[in-house]
Amino acid sequence: MEWFRSIMLPPQGSAFAGEVDTLYMFLFWLSAVLFLGIGGAAIYFAWRYRYTPGRVTPHITHNTTLEIVWSVLPLLLCGVIFFWGLNDWMKYAVAPGESMEIQITAKKWLWTFEYPDGSRTANEIHVPINKPVKFIMTSEDVLHDFFVPDMRVKHDIVPGRYTQVWFTPTVLGKHHVTCAEYCGKGHSDMTATLVVDNEPDFKKWLETGGDDWKNYPPEKWGEMQREQKGCATCHSIDGTKGQGPTWKGIYGTMVEMNDGKSYLVDDAYLQESMLQPNAKIVKGFEAIMPSFQGLLHPQDIRGLIAYIKTLK
Amino acid sequence: MAQALTHSDPHIGDRPRPAKNYLNATTGIWSWMTTVDHKRIGVMYLVAVSSAFFVGGMFALLVRLTLLTPSHKLFGKVLIDADTYNRVFTLHGAIMVFLFIIPSVPGSLANFVLPLMLGAKDVAFPRLNLASFYLWCTGAILAVTSMIVGAVDTGWTFYTPYSTTTQSSVGLMTMAVFILGFSSIFTGLNFIATVHKLRAPGMGWFDMPLFVWGTYATAIIQVLATPVLGITMVLLALERVFNIGIFDPKIGGDPVLFQHFFWFYSHPAVYIMIVPGMAIISEIIPTFSRKTIFGYKAIAYSSVALALLGFLVWGHHMFVAGQSELATVVFSALTFLVAIPSGVKLFNWLATMYKGNISLETPMLYGISFILLFAIGGLTGIFLGALSTDIHLTDTYFVVAHFHYVMMGGTVIAFIGGVHYWWPKITGRMYSEKWGRIGCSLVFIGFNMTFLTQFFLGSKGMPRRYYNYLEQYQPLHAFSTFGSWVLGMGLFITAAYLLASLRKPMDAPDNPWGGTTMEWLTSSPPIEHNFEEQPVLEHEPYDYRPRVKKHA
Amino acid sequence: MSTSTVDLQHDPHGHGDDGHGHDDPHHQHHFTTMEQQFDTSKIGMWLFLATEVLLFGGLFVGFGMMQARFPEQFKEAHEHLQRPLGALNTVVLLVSSWTMVMGVLSARTNQRKKLVIYLIITILCACIFLGVKYFEYSHKFEEGLLPGHYYTHHGDKIATVNGANGYATFFSFYFMMTGLHGIHILVGIALLAWIAVRGNRGEFNSSYYTPVDLVGLYWHLVDLIWIYLFPLYYLIS
Repeated sequence: MEWFRSIMLPPQGSAFAGEVDTLYMFLFWLSAVLFLGIGGAAIYFAWRYRYTPGRVTPHITHNTTLEIVWSVLPLLLCGVIFFWGLNDWMKYAVAPGESMEIQITAKKWLWTFEYPDGSRTANEIHVPINKPVKFIMTSEDVLHDFFVPDMRVKHDIVPGRYTQVWFTPTVLGKHHVTCAEYCGKGHSDMTATLVVDNEPDFKKWLETGGDDWKNYPPEKWGEMQREQKGCATCHSIDGTKGQGPTWKGIYGTMVEMNDGKSYLVDDAYLQESMLQPNAKIVKGFEAIMPSFQGLLHPQDIRGLIAYIKTLK
Repeated sequence: MAQALTHSDPHIGDRPRPAKNYLNATTGIWSWMTTVDHKRIGVMYLVAVSSAFFVGGMFALLVRLTLLTPSHKLFGKVLIDADTYNRVFTLHGAIMVFLFIIPSVPGSLANFVLPLMLGAKDVAFPRLNLASFYLWCTGAILAVTSMIVGAVDTGWTFYTPYSTTTQSSVGLMTMAVFILGFSSIFTGLNFIATVHKLRAPGMGWFDMPLFVWGTYATAIIQVLATPVLGITMVLLALERVFNIGIFDPKIGGDPVLFQHFFWFYSHPAVYIMIVPGMAIISEIIPTFSRKTIFGYKAIAYSSVALALLGFLVWGHHMFVAGQSELATVVFSALTFLVAIPSGVKLFNWLATMYKGNISLETPMLYGISFILLFAIGGLTGIFLGALSTDIHLTDTYFVVAHFHYVMMGGTVIAFIGGVHYWWPKITGRMYSEKWGRIGCSLVFIGFNMTFLTQFFLGSKGMPRRYYNYLEQYQPLHAFSTFGSWVLGMGLFITAAYLLASLRKPMDAPDNPWGGTTMEWLTSSPPIEHNFEEQPVLEHEPYDYRPRVKKHA
Repeated sequence: MSTSTVDLQHDPHGHGDDGHGHDDPHHQHHFTTMEQQFDTSKIGMWLFLATEVLLFGGLFVGFGMMQARFPEQFKEAHEHLQRPLGALNTVVLLVSSWTMVMGVLSARTNQRKKLVIYLIITILCACIFLGVKYFEYSHKFEEGLLPGHYYTHHGDKIATVNGANGYATFFSFYFMMTGLHGIHILVGIALLAWIAVRGNRGEFNSSYYTPVDLVGLYWHLVDLIWIYLFPLYYLIS
């Protein structure tokens, strides 16, 4: 049984996931039985009553009892399934009072998260295990959707209002987050990572951004940040023009802005670009880059600068 | 004694083939372009929707090819970029829904067969019928134009505010959809009037073939639901041009309101798609089982039930969209209710086959395929109707698989079966039975390869409309793509042998399958005015009891 | 039950008798009798009217939703509408519906001259309606009371918040709905003119007046839609 479940469904990251899976597997087996019954009957009848010339078929026009039976029984079955789904859904719909609230702001094609203490991250969140967490979400542009398959939860993120979704993670480790409402070119790149930590690790991460960066040389950390924080969505490393200027070969060169002035691309310029992107707009581009103030820790900025230096 | 035309007429089947039929009665392209003959219009629609199916199908193959690997590469080069991919899947959906599947059965098969089944000379409003066809053509031209000038990248559902702000050619496409909507409305209007007023003498409501009941129920939906699509498209276009502030939150609008408007039509629309398909199956099963249909009234009423209940469940597309909790619960409950009439039909068809005398010519192969594939499509709908499982499965490949099973495994399979069933009547020729079986087998196998895998992709968490995907999904995607090639091959073979049959001389008998409905009383192909004398109904529908012949 | 029974003994080819000899030029070949043809045409027209109701219905629903969102702005905005002119238009359309009914009656009773006169008066009423609308629209344009981002009116009580201008939305709906209605009036004028010309040529009589009847039905619907529009926009507070 578990084998079937595991080939069809993702790992269970919460108790709710387990409940959803139970209904899913029930429906799976029910469907298998019904399909074999219906399909089996069709194929069996096609064989058993295959054509013989001259045979006259019985003139059976209807059977009202049978019609009632095969309308009412499925209806009852549907009723059971409806209430089962409703019952589980009500748990999803109401977050516990003591949930930790995390604000999500979605925009094309980046996730930003804000914790109760004001810290902000992009594209990666950590949450403590076994504690309910509630996400209050809005979008800055078009519809998006916060989907965490391992937790079996998703909900649309609607611009102009707030929607919410919650879960209690019960399994440590990384879980995928994907946008599940089509939002344009970068829709399939709009992914994030949810990391479930135990309490002490979580607290540490919240304060310092964790220690993971110490395990990598700065350029490597910078390369990872480029993917994680969403820079890759707009800035290429091979010279292709995207929504933002390519990083290839820019370090140490003079770049012209849209007001005609030129600046040297050095460490200070790069840091300003990340934290106050609209201070200078490169010629030929628009002022659409969000600020990463509060989203990049000092080691992230250092890593990115180091990485950009390596792109000749 | 009256010279009425009936199935027990001793001369049925003996009559010489008329020299002039609807195809050669008048010649020249102008006679076709100005025809008001429902049969010619049906043939033109058949060519038109098949062409649309081909274009939409090519886009589908391109989508699957792009998803073969996460790098999207073929022979070392990236096939298409994300922007193009978004346009390709949007066009696949929009063409298939608006240019193919909705007009398919009503425009082609029902147009041809409905008046014949009623013993009538034409539909109620023949000129309106031609107008419907030209509206389709206009919509098609606009849709093609929109493809050329930049194409649409919103998904076929045009959700706001993406669709109100994107630079792609949304305006042209919404105009195309608006016009196609009127094509559909006028067809439905025509059929309702025809069924009410043009039945043969002696044919009461419960003497009509079930294909007519299905077409009638579909026509009700076409007339009542499509105007809402029309106004939704107008509002979307005006929002883009004037910023009226209805859907775009940046100017005070509500994006979820668009979804309500859109699905209020688009859910009933899926019944416009499936009910005619089911209606075809209700003809094929009794004919090839040589046995009366079981549960005639139940099947007739279930078509009407689907038409009416179909208007009450649109919110099940929006369980995670941000509609109220009460609405969510109510829509889920009603969705389970609408599942019942479809089940009733399936059981009645099976009961018809029970103790039948069943032969497996190509139409029947498609009929049985329908039963198998629609069963899967319908059962997987239950996963989506149940609230807790829907949260996980909505907006994933599970939904994509579900709707392909019902729309393609259901309607398209039934449509192809119907084309084969009425092919001798329409063209006067028989297609090659051997190739028919080969084509059906490839289609069936290819279809399941392509789409069964997608249930698992979805339940494993693969979202839909995704260009990039995680490595772990690649094996399933690859298998699905291989399936699309088998499916494509099956469809090409089917088109090929059907077209090849047109080169043979016209030698099809009036009633090759031993059907009991009125279209089999006339020649294959029919004469221009359908019947030489007014047919009169003399027996119950689908009566396979041996009838006393006058000159036995 | 079918109403198209055919007596095959007396009428073996089922052509029916239209009461005017064998071939009425308007008798379409697929109908057995003229009566059947007329009844069928009416069914078709009623179905078409149903689609029109649903088309406008969508706009009514949209208006309702937006009014719930911006109740005060909608209330204030509607003060700009000129009630006397709206009321005049309502009376004009009601009169035109009456003249339309009289036109149908005239056709049915073979009174060619009266038919044409009534149709002309109906057309005149429609033109008056459009003329009044022209004045109303001009007034709105002058005041800057325009749809969506074209709205330039000053002096509204409630400020625009986050781009949400309820007044602009009100006028978007005002122009959309009265505009769509106006287009239907224009189409109606064309149809009325067409049957007036045909009526003048003597094409209609007691056994064939279907086009007059159908245009009449269409015209009544156009009137009915205004009957809903007028209170909704001009009167409700």
